[in-house]
Parts: sequence; structure tokens; C-alpha cells
Amino acid sequence: MASAIPSPRLERRAAPSAVASAVVPFVAVALALVAGGIVLWAAGEPPVAVYRAMLDGAVGSRDGVAETLVKTIPLLLAGLGVAVAFRMRLWNIGAEGQLYLGAVAASGTALYVLPDAPAAVLIPAMILAGMAGGAVWAAVPALLRARLQVNEIITSLMLNYVAILFAEYLVHGPWRDPVGFGFPGTPRFPDAAELPQWGTTRVHLGLAFGLAAAGILWLVLGRTRWGYEIAVAGTNARAARYAGLPTARNILLVMALSGALAGLAGMSEVAGIGHQLQRSFSPGYGYTAIIVAWVGRLHPGGVALVAFLLAGLLVGGDALQMELGLPAAVAPMLQGAILFFLLGGEALARYRVTWRRPTPIPGGPAPVVEPG
Amino acid sequence: MTRDAAPPAVEMRGITKRFGEVVANAGVDFAARSGEVHALVGENGAGKSTLMSVLTGLYRPDTGTVAIDGRPVRFRSPRDAIDAGIGMVHQHFTLVDSLTVAENVLLGRQGQGFRLDTSTVERELDALGERHGLRVDPRARIWQLSVGEQQRVEILRVLHRGARILILDEPTAVLTPREAAGLAAALRGLADEGLCVVFISHKLDEVLALADQVTVLRRGRSVGTVDAAATDRRSLARLMVGRELLPEDRRLTPTAGTPARETVLEVVGLRAEGDRGRPALDGVDLRVGAGESLGIAGVAGNGQRELAEVVTGLRRATAGRVVIGGQDLTNRSPRAVAAAGVAHIPEDRLATGLVGGLDLAANAILRGYRVRPLTRGPLLAGRAIARFTDRLLDANDVQAPGRSTPAGRLSGGNQQKLLLGRELDGRPRLVVAVHPARGVDVGATETIHRLLREQRAAGAATLLISEDLDELLALSDRIAVLFEGRVVGEVESATADHEQLGLLMAGVTGQPGTERAGFDGVPIGLAADG
Repeated sequence: MASAIPSPRLERRAAPSAVASAVVPFVAVALALVAGGIVLWAAGEPPVAVYRAMLDGAVGSRDGVAETLVKTIPLLLAGLGVAVAFRMRLWNIGAEGQLYLGAVAASGTALYVLPDAPAAVLIPAMILAGMAGGAVWAAVPALLRARLQVNEIITSLMLNYVAILFAEYLVHGPWRDPVGFGFPGTPRFPDAAELPQWGTTRVHLGLAFGLAAAGILWLVLGRTRWGYEIAVAGTNARAARYAGLPTARNILLVMALSGALAGLAGMSEVAGIGHQLQRSFSPGYGYTAIIVAWVGRLHPGGVALVAFLLAGLLVGGDALQMELGLPAAVAPMLQGAILFFLLGGEALARYRVTWRRPTPIPGGPAPVVEPG
Repeated sequence: MTRDAAPPAVEMRGITKRFGEVVANAGVDFAARSGEVHALVGENGAGKSTLMSVLTGLYRPDTGTVAIDGRPVRFRSPRDAIDAGIGMVHQHFTLVDSLTVAENVLLGRQGQGFRLDTSTVERELDALGERHGLRVDPRARIWQLSVGEQQRVEILRVLHRGARILILDEPTAVLTPREAAGLAAALRGLADEGLCVVFISHKLDEVLALADQVTVLRRGRSVGTVDAAATDRRSLARLMVGRELLPEDRRLTPTAGTPARETVLEVVGLRAEGDRGRPALDGVDLRVGAGESLGIAGVAGNGQRELAEVVTGLRRATAGRVVIGGQDLTNRSPRAVAAAGVAHIPEDRLATGLVGGLDLAANAILRGYRVRPLTRGPLLAGRAIARFTDRLLDANDVQAPGRSTPAGRLSGGNQQKLLLGRELDGRPRLVVAVHPARGVDVGATETIHRLLREQRAAGAATLLISEDLDELLALSDRIAVLFEGRVVGEVESATADHEQLGLLMAGVTGQPGTERAGFDGVPIGLAADG
């Protein structure tokens, strides 16, 4: 009989293994590189040389590092936004749309609301407008979730398309640059709307926003009552209800904060890099932010680190395209593989593989481990 | 009884099954014959479910033998049991909502090709349903069916696999009386066709109406098997609860000569619905005074959980009032109830009362994190929290490696002591405790009981919900018995006797006309298909 042969099964651990949790991201990256290498090899490219070229493109030169930092900014800001929502188990996958709405709001401020204001007024106004745009966009799924238990995954995802198409409508229609030679985009922002850049590089003040946001978030999550409420609600929603935590209110606040951070990412892209609103100015930063948040373990420090790594992957991917004539899809492929192996690895942190038949415990949860 | 010569369809001998230190079955004997309906009764934790899990191959017994139709068997998995003709209908259905009845029946069947041949199965199910009075549309999707119809699907699935031995775990618990009557008729029909039907039940009326034989389990042992026709509710109740109750000197004695106590909790005409929208509380009236402890006894599922949830603000009352300390708190938020001085020790500590993934400090401050000194402005006061946590762990004898350990890593007893310590901190006016010592070791039980007694002595009112009569007698001044969402009786702990409590828990109030029969008086022979 088949059942006589021991078969591997997953047995739930009482608590996630600390060692496995720490090791999993590194193993996931390594396995993703191996898997990507197999694909490259099958396509007739030498994997080691390709990876070396990527590394070189991303961090091998001053310009490479600068470009990697440029791409770190939106990934960091949007990644922090996604992470704060995920901490409360609010699956906000609408960062891309929130980022677009933030960019739209900031652009509108620069072009039509305060076009003549000095930088000291205009830039703070654009920051506020960008954050508000993202927050409002995230508040839609948040309200639906808090009041009507509508699944925020679907609503936040769908709103991405609405936001992207709305931005597209603006740059093709009412906000289109009349002297833009037919390129879809708004007129160039006034000079006062440009974020200062570092030396001759394109690294702009947005990096400071990102690092400040990471620091503040770290304090808020770890040290404040509100951060505590998020932790409780994200770990055990029933206990949060039992203890009378204001869950509906926190759903709104956390999603708004999440959207505001993504909106700030959008603002810093248009104010720091584009200096106008262009169609598809984001190559999917809001989606990559989900990977950033997850691989960064929803921790602000981890998010910052992973944002830099994935930005390097993007820049390295671009270098491949330019120098080796390889498709730029190599970078997204590796990103996908990393997330895939990470999620698989998470299972091993929470479960252990056994070859024995587990002893069932009647009606009880996972066996409780005595401390020590 | 001409079949007496044939070996029983099921014969289990000397079944022992341990889970850690808990002995769920201690040498249980059980036999049931083809053509009979056999009821398995006993209190919660008597070992009924474990015994049936052994029979269905879910657990392997530590010792003991199982024989089917006289042939010894050793089941290594539920699949083996199914192959031997044993089918189980669980209390919680195992159907896939989005699939049709026929597809659910086909699920998990071996020997299926790539394409599911649903039309054959649909015809077969139509025929089976027709024959056994278990009609249900095989093409309907599960989510479209009522609970009673879903149960029929479960039974049909088991029959379609060719089961000769049908086991049902509390089959009527989820049914309306009319559906229950339909089920009873169907089960009788199956037995008449030569199947062996075993059902687990708490409801003595239903057992007596439906079963031929009744086996009573008590504390993991079989107390005996009796002919249903030759017994009555009173003797069954005695068999079920029949142990010696806590000696009177260890029971709680009411504080002597206390004048009329100030009322702390008053529950008037309380009604509420259960999770499935069926009435769970059906007009409950209770009163608990300061320094008084009221125990709530009853077989699981008679409204105890809902009572605790409504009182603590976690469930909406559909009618009636909850007044605590003179303040009407009906349908107020859990936070408002807690602010009125109510401590709540919930039924499921790790799922509700604690946050297992967070550390002990985070769990210790769950109630008090909003107030000084644990908080300063919007910030948490780390040092004050550390001191508070250490004091809580120390005062309540919580054995833990340190306050940064996740609460989920503690043993059940230590988790419960942490929970009690937190809830009882700051002199609550009312303590609502649900199964406070369930699943914890003896030492922790003593600590937990001591903590609850201290609260009573300090003047708190206690509402103690438990299925453990000894616990109730040791901790309560009075015991009210809940049955089907109503208080069917109230006794003084000091003078309570086991027969009286057992009968009340079985819904027998002794007053003619007020008894609530399990089938609400629908005659089985006349029961229509629900």
C-alpha cells in the first residue's frame, strides 16, 4: 500500500525558525542566480560573464553607483509604503497606482497651482500634494475594506490601471505640452520645482526623503503606541478585536500612510528626474516595491538594503541591454526568481520537512514548545 | 436479534490512546452491529472523538485491536479505513463550496481519468438519494445548499464509496429540528438496509429516540453499553456524569452572612445568534453580585461561548440587556466594556487573548498600553513596560526565559497565567472566565484557581463558564445550567448533586411541559424530507 512508504510532509513549527528566517533571503538570491544562470546558459550566453557585466554596470563605476542610487529612491519609498501596509496584513498591491497619483498631484501643483512660487514653497507643496494624492488613492480600497470587508488586493490592484490610464489621459489631453513635438508629456516644470541633484549625477534629494522615511518609520513601528497597534493587528486580528484596538481606523491610517509613501516616490520621480509628467515614467516601481518589502522582511532597514540591491539589478539589466545586446528582461526575470525562491523558503522557516507520519493532536493547534 | 451469531461490524478492544500526558482513551471496548443505530455519548473530553478517529484511521491506537466483521485490521491511514468500508461524517463539513455535489463526491477518488465522469456519478447519486431519503441535486454547487443538504452530501459521499459502517459526529448539532427529524428517518432507513450506523451525541432525548444501543464513555473509559429501549434519560445522565463530585468540604462556601450584595452584572432577556446565524442565546437572565461567583455549566455548544462574547462586547445581542455596574453596556465595543472594569479570559487563549507571535512584554501591555505609565504621549515607555512585564510575570508565577520570548513559545499553563495576570491587574469589577484551566497542567490549574478565588475575595463578581463540574463547584457560589441557549436551572454549589446537574445539562428540567426534546417532538416516522 502506498501509505506504508514514508513520504515527505510539511510539519508546522511552533514558531518560525530564527536561523531559517535569517538565511532564507540569501539562499533565495543565490538560487535565483543559479536558476537565471540556467536560463542564460540555455539561451547561449555565458552566465558568469553576464552576471559580471551586470555587477559592473550597477556598481562598477561612479556613474553606475549613481544610477543605482537614482533607482533606489522610488523603490525605497514605495517599498516602505508596501511594507507598512503588509505589517498590518493589508495587502496593498496598489503602490504603482498610488505612485502615479502622487506624481500627477505633484505635477499639477508645479504646473497649474503654484507655477510661480519659489522653491522653498513649491517643493514642500509638491511633497504634500504627492503624498496626499497617493494617500487618497490608497484610501479607496482602505475604506472599502474597513467598512464593507471588500478584499483590498483586488481593489488596490485594479486602481493601478485607473491611475496609470488617468495619467496617460492627462499627458495626451488637457496637460499636454503644446510645443512637445507630439511626445506625450506635460510641459517642463518651472525650475523651482526641480529637486536639487548631487554634483553632476542624477542622484537627487529624493534619496534623503527615502532615508528619512525609513528612519521615521522604524521609530514609529517600534516605539509608538500606533506601531504597537499595527503589530498586534497584523499578528493576531482576533486579539486586536478582543483588546478593543481601533482596527477600522488603523486600516484607513495605515493604508493612507502606505499610499502617501508611494505618492512621495512618484513626486520625487517627476521632480527629481523627469521634470515633467511623462507617460509610463515608472517601469513598474510600485510592483517591484512588493518584492522589496517582502525580501526586506517588512523592516525599514531591510527595505532600504533590498531597494538598493534591486535597483542595482535594474541598472545592471540596462547595462546588459546596452553592452551585450541582451534583452532587458533578464533583470525582471531574476527579480521574479528571487521572489519565487523567497516565498518557497518562507515555507521552510515556518514548516519543517519530516519523513515521519506526524502525531496528530486532537483539536489543538501546533504543539507548544517549552522554552529553553 | 438473529444477527447475534455473526461477528459485530465493528469491534474495538482495549483501545488506549495517549497524547503526551493526556490519556484520551484508556482501554476502551466498543462494539456495534450491522443493522443497528448505535449512539456514543459522553461529556466533552470523554474520548468519543478520539475513539472514532482511531476507527477511521486518523489515529493509531497505542494499544488495543480493531476488528471489522470479525477480521482484525490495522489502519495506517484514513484511506485504509475507507477501503474497509468505514465512512465518517464530520461535524465540520469537508466539502468544496465552489464545486458541485457530484464533483465533491468524486474528489479524492482514485482511478479517475483526466476527465471527470460526472454524469454517471450524478445518476448514481440521484438513485442513492432516492433510495435513502437523502435527496439533493447532484448538479447543485455546495454554496447553494443549506447546512442540512450539505450534510446529506457528506453522507451520500460516504455511501457512494460503499461504506457499510457510517459514523456521524454530532450530526444534529448544526441542524434545525425539522432537518434533524429528516436525518433521523434516513439513518433508521440505512440501518434497516443492514448498515451499521454510529453517531456521537450529547443530546439524550435524541439518543433515546434514534438509537438501538447506547455506549457511554466517561473520562476515556467505556462505562457500559445499554439497550436504548431499556433505559431512560435519568440513568443515561447518571452514567455520563456519574463520577463522584468534588467533596463538599472542597467546594466553595458562600461568604457567610453577607447581606444582599450590590449587583455587578445583570443580564436580562439576552438573545444572540451563533456563527451560523442560528439562535444561540434564547432569552438568558442572570445576576451576579460583588464578591460572588456564578458558574455556567452546560454541554459545549449550548450558548456558553456566545454568552461570554455578548457580555464582553465581542458579539451583538439581538435582544435584551447587559448591565455592568449599573451601566448599560449592551452592544458596546469591547473597549468600552473593558473600560467599565471587565476582565475577560477567553476560551481560546492563543487565538484570542494573546498575540503568539509577539513577545511577552507586548502581550502584557495589551490592555494597558494606552495609559500611563506604560505610555508617554504617542510613545511607548520602554522602561516602564519592562518593569510592568517583569512584575506581571513574577506575581503570576509565569515561567519564561525572558520578556522578549514570543508568547506562543510558552506552555499552555504559562500562557494562561500571563493572560490571567494581565486581565486581573488593576482590580476588575467583573471577571468573565471561559474554561480558564482547560488544557493546562495541575500546577498551573492551582495557580489559576487561586487567582480567580482572590478576585472573588477582593470583591469582584465572577462569571465562570466551564464544562468541568469540579472546577465549577470549587470556584462558584451558584451554578446556572445553560441548555440550548436558555438557563434551565440554577443550583447552590454547596448542595449540588451530580444527578441534578447531569439532568439539567441534558436538558431535563423535571417539570412536565418544559422539557425541550432534541427533535422538538416531531415524530420520526412522519418526518418529511427537510
